[in-house]
Amino acid sequence: MYNEEKCRFTKTHEWAYKDGEFAVVGISNHAQEEISDIVFVDLPKPGRVVNAGENCCVIESVKSASEIYAPVSGEIVAVNEALNADPALVNREPHAGGWLFKIKMTNPAEYDNLLDLAAYKATIQK
Amino acid sequence: MAEQKKTALCTACEKAGGRMVDFHGWLLPVQFEGILAEHKAVRETAGMFDVSHMGQIFVEGMNAWPFLQYVSCNNIKNGPAEGTYFHLLTEQGTIIDDAISFCLSPEKFLIVVNAACVEGDFAWLCKQAEAFHVKVRNESNAWSMLAVQGPKAVEVINQLLPGVKDLPRFHISPFTMFGTDGYVTRTGYTGEDGVEIMLPNAKIQELWDVLLQLKVTPCGLGARDVLRLEAGYLLNGEDANPTKTPYEANCGWVVKLAKNKFIGKTALETKKEAGFPSRLVGFRLKVPGVPRAGCKIFYKGKEAGIVTSGTFSPLFKGIAVGYLDSKIPVEAETEIEIHGRLLPAIVVKPPFYKNRV
Repeated sequence: MYNEEKCRFTKTHEWAYKDGEFAVVGISNHAQEEISDIVFVDLPKPGRVVNAGENCCVIESVKSASEIYAPVSGEIVAVNEALNADPALVNREPHAGGWLFKIKMTNPAEYDNLLDLAAYKATIQK
Repeated sequence: MAEQKKTALCTACEKAGGRMVDFHGWLLPVQFEGILAEHKAVRETAGMFDVSHMGQIFVEGMNAWPFLQYVSCNNIKNGPAEGTYFHLLTEQGTIIDDAISFCLSPEKFLIVVNAACVEGDFAWLCKQAEAFHVKVRNESNAWSMLAVQGPKAVEVINQLLPGVKDLPRFHISPFTMFGTDGYVTRTGYTGEDGVEIMLPNAKIQELWDVLLQLKVTPCGLGARDVLRLEAGYLLNGEDANPTKTPYEANCGWVVKLAKNKFIGKTALETKKEAGFPSRLVGFRLKVPGVPRAGCKIFYKGKEAGIVTSGTFSPLFKGIAVGYLDSKIPVEAETEIEIHGRLLPAIVVKPPFYKNRV
């Protein structure tokens, strides 16, 4: 579980969960509801180095494709292989089994600058 | 932007949980419970779609049938209650719209046309009608239409309209329901058996409410698009447009060159003789991924075509139709560019889904 309360968020609806020098990344419950019926997740290749805000993953629903942006900079050290067989995990468990990838952070200050849950919720209520 | 048009079922759709989007100026549900669940309902039981945005054009007069023969590339059936799928073509033999005509009497026909084409088709028909002395009336704003589709659809509708089960495919029948006259046709856009029911706007919600009680699943445009693509039906404006002839759009069967005279005939004869550089074919992705309209198609490393419709099919995974170099045969291995990656796809002849209809 990557408890919502303990996650940080981006305005583009990704969450990040800090685990030492790593950040686990997924999409918010609000985002999975909006996207609905996820049928394929095009995960990044482990080893890829990404900058914060870089498009590095695509989530496909029946109707549309949504780009996912890295919340923080670093190296992608793991991806959620379970999504290859069951992409709808992102719909069912956006903050648990539906995580997307794990980044080894190069600039942890970026994490601290992400939105907390209350601030994120404020952005989606506008 | 023009004012957002709403169907008579708009409020009912919203109340049923419809996620409303703009579609050619109409506010319509893209989904209710979810596209996958709605797709399943139509393939396994019964679903209903608000298709009130589609157009109803009536043609009346002694020359109604000769007139339709002239504006259609297909042979318009004129037996009682018979329906015909046809294309309206330009003088160049290219597709203005695809539509269905129904023979209400020897001198009266109903044409059901695509929403985005209502004004254009009506103007085109009026222009051609002058020489035939027929009356062409656009009644699209007066009629609502509900498509009820799926293996259980006819059984359900037969409870409300006894005898519908005996209506043959592609036929129409007038009926009276809720004290009002309407039409029912044994047609659809899903590849399943089913009907489309036309009622005056004021009465359509009664039908919707009854069908909800009978557990017919409300379905949106999202599921409709997957179902029609699986069934190999064209989406006019995407898979067909006024730069393409029916031959290129995998609809050569709709063209009856043996007919005496029709708009576009001369051009089609010439173009058919010359051959076509590309034609519409189907694609099945061999790996996970979802092709979309606009994706480029490659063959042996060279760009060879473009996807016009693509989706994720619960039955066949990543599928698409698109225009491909005519020299490339069915079953050839191509690649579709999706998010910057080339994914292998096999060329197939639509439809993907072949069923009871």
